[in-house]
Amino acid sequence: MSTPYDILIIGGGPGGYVAAIRAAQLGYKTAVIEREHLGGICLNWGCIPTKALLRSAEIYHYATHAKDYGLAIEGKVTFDAATVVKRSRGVSAQLNGGIGFLMKKNKIDVIWGEAVISKVGEVVVSAMKKPVVQPQHPIPKGVLGEGTYSAKHIILATGARPRVLPGIEPDGKLIWTYFEAMKPETFPKSLIVMGSGAIGIEFASFYRTMGTEVTVVEVLPQIMPVEDAEISAHARKRFEKQGMKILTSTKVVKVEKKADSVVCTLEDDKGARQTLEAERMISAVGVVCNTENLGLEKLGVKMDRGAIVTDGLGRTNIPGVYAIGDVAGPPMLAHKAEHEGVLCVEAIKGLHPHAMEKTMIPGCTYCHPQVASVGITEAKAKELGIAVKVGRFPFAGNGKAIALGEPEGLVKTIFDAKTGKLLGAHMVGAEVTELIQGYVVAMNCETTEEELIHTVFPHPTLSEMMHESVMDAYGRVVHA
Amino acid sequence: MPINILMPALSPTMEKGNLARWLKKEGDKVKSGDVLAEIETDKATMEVEAIDEGVLAKIVVAEGTQDVAVNQLIAIIASEGEDVTAVAGSGGASAKAQAAAPVAPAAAAPVASAAPAAPAAKANGAGRIASSPLARRLAKEAGLDLSAISGTGPHGRIVERDVKAAQAGGGAKAPAAQGAKPSAPALTKGMSDETIKKLYEPGSFEEIPHDSMRKVIASRLVEAKQTIPHFYLTVDCNLDALLAAREAINAAAPKNKDKQPAYKISVNDFVIKAMALALQRVPDANVTYTENTMLKHRHSDVAVAVSIPGGLITPVVRKAETKGLAAISTEMKDLATRARARKLQPQEYQGGSSAVSNLGMFGIKNFSAVINPPHASILAVGAGEQRVIVEKGQMRIANMMSVTLSTDHRAVDGALGAELISAFKELIENPVSMLV
Repeated sequence: MSTPYDILIIGGGPGGYVAAIRAAQLGYKTAVIEREHLGGICLNWGCIPTKALLRSAEIYHYATHAKDYGLAIEGKVTFDAATVVKRSRGVSAQLNGGIGFLMKKNKIDVIWGEAVISKVGEVVVSAMKKPVVQPQHPIPKGVLGEGTYSAKHIILATGARPRVLPGIEPDGKLIWTYFEAMKPETFPKSLIVMGSGAIGIEFASFYRTMGTEVTVVEVLPQIMPVEDAEISAHARKRFEKQGMKILTSTKVVKVEKKADSVVCTLEDDKGARQTLEAERMISAVGVVCNTENLGLEKLGVKMDRGAIVTDGLGRTNIPGVYAIGDVAGPPMLAHKAEHEGVLCVEAIKGLHPHAMEKTMIPGCTYCHPQVASVGITEAKAKELGIAVKVGRFPFAGNGKAIALGEPEGLVKTIFDAKTGKLLGAHMVGAEVTELIQGYVVAMNCETTEEELIHTVFPHPTLSEMMHESVMDAYGRVVHA
Repeated sequence: MPINILMPALSPTMEKGNLARWLKKEGDKVKSGDVLAEIETDKATMEVEAIDEGVLAKIVVAEGTQDVAVNQLIAIIASEGEDVTAVAGSGGASAKAQAAAPVAPAAAAPVASAAPAAPAAKANGAGRIASSPLARRLAKEAGLDLSAISGTGPHGRIVERDVKAAQAGGGAKAPAAQGAKPSAPALTKGMSDETIKKLYEPGSFEEIPHDSMRKVIASRLVEAKQTIPHFYLTVDCNLDALLAAREAINAAAPKNKDKQPAYKISVNDFVIKAMALALQRVPDANVTYTENTMLKHRHSDVAVAVSIPGGLITPVVRKAETKGLAAISTEMKDLATRARARKLQPQEYQGGSSAVSNLGMFGIKNFSAVINPPHASILAVGAGEQRVIVEKGQMRIANMMSVTLSTDHRAVDGALGAELISAFKELIENPVSMLV
């Protein structure tokens, strides 16, 4: 057995590798165990490569709309699916290599293989049994291999994988998960997207922009169910205008596979059925935690609804065993995992961090139009019985938005009527994913409407809408 | 370059202090090591020394100013060759070196007494309390005083949860019910100053503002009595053996060339030593209670209450169980002398696990003392006196001393407290056992 580590992290995704770097910064002898790809789903099959695909779609959109901006492109703008995918994989590969560099720089050992916690303080690593997702990035040089490793603290950061609905199991050919949707050989002519969360709606938006006939099927009454109803409705209208078909309160009850297409039987909430044929289908009905084959049952690690139960600082019910990120429950977002990793390691160090305030975790969806939000929705505030002041500001009233040719969108803010506390902010429109952070900082500093109103926002920017929305909540809006 | 003199932090936790006295005047020449001013904190008075040579160009914070925030500009020194008037007028912080025109001997230089006082010291001396905007608004609405709330945000900033905790009666540093909401279970505050003053005929009293020591005594003792469930245990100790031992030890003290004995052990020195050893014998009582844990101390750090003009202070004899009587005696004399001069460093009176308070010299027979947080106990020591005792059915005269142990019931239960005071009694009655 090798010399014991202070901290051993199972999983090299955004939760695991960030926790490892923080641990190294605090002087801990640290190792990360990874079986497939440093950077996890986020960097290899999620957040990052989809942003690369969506950027191609965005440029394609602008190119095909060049005349709206007074430009003419001679000849037809075309694309090659393989090249678009190749670019996306290249972005992913570059960042994957970057994580390897960060591990080396911080003197963090990387152990390659599958981990099982054999007992508290000990992990047995064996070679990966099932084939990894292709294409595989090269395994970093200098990694450690199979063996028994020990550590005072073991952090589980094993992430999550696509949820599978019985009878609609993805086969990788006709029914895709995000893995296949990320690297198609050609773009299908028609596509059914089951599930309208962030993953489903981003692929729907990407494929629609690239010319695919897209139908989104959502079992709940609104698309992007976690978002504010008003924002969701606005986005839906825009998607439909782009030619996307959206069926809400509808579920997929049966899928029949043909040679090169699927036929879905759909049923709405009144029991009415219809069938729909498409070349391909994406199953994007959420994710489930990777808790299997880790030795958790034997240790008696407490779970709830498939996720490991932690105390807000990553501690499980078993001393010396911690969990962060997706495997520790929702919201399943890379930035939540990163922050939990940092808190977990700092708590081990005795730095007394405060547990994360989950209502202050922003969420971003990179469809066209983009959606970004933080805090609670208007409906949730009502449900909690909080009297609110709501501000709204449309993109149509913002000079920069009009200059950009993006006059559609909405910035909505929700304040506690009694205290002026910013409870939530919800946005739809161009670049809102880059804007939301202003509100997140404001919420973390506990500003009230007063400080936001007294803040000078630069002109001309989209951020001015954030100012106006706050002023609208207090009856002082200027440009609407 | 002019040198800015800032309010020093005398301890890591110090946020503000009072500028008690300036020992140099504007225009005075100063050299490295000169004492410029005296700063008064809760319990101690400290000196601010000049580090560089120059002329005290300007006093920014006047003598007697209360609650001056740490790192606030308090004075400016002009370096050699600098124009004192110009430096004084430059206003400090961003002061730039002025043209180095030759200056007449500094002391003779006209001093800028007309320079307007810097905006530093606020009229009421209230230092800035770090708090979030939301916390300020919530506190205002709830009628809570921010200075009475402990902050848990970054750098001790008061945030929403702190105000909510204070409202619920949890997070307040001190009794914090100002708005006196009937629903708020915050601790009640006494009558207002005005109400009390109205009870006395105007002019029939002199009004003396509290100094910082008085404020600290008041708030700490209120905190102790309101948060610590005290209980009391009293025993009588026979001092005959101790007094005999003391006489022998003192008689055997080596003398120096002035015929002064090297030490003179007092009864109180024995008490400190006995308390320290008793805490070692009953380690479960050598503790500090915190919200989530019990701090079990390895050493016996025994605080000793020292009465000083205007109040009292409790310097700590560290690791008293490891020290001999002579060492304790010498250390106590030094601590008491410096305490009376208010020259103790904060680290000399912070911490400790128990304390000794002796009012025997006033003839007090017996009393019970208030625990000084974060201690878990305090021993109140009465006078040693001759009493008639009954021994084996016979009356006889003995030197007796009554002691009362106050303990924090959250940390030390009845039987444990009894064990501690019994161990003390055994040691004090058999002083020879303190030698082993």
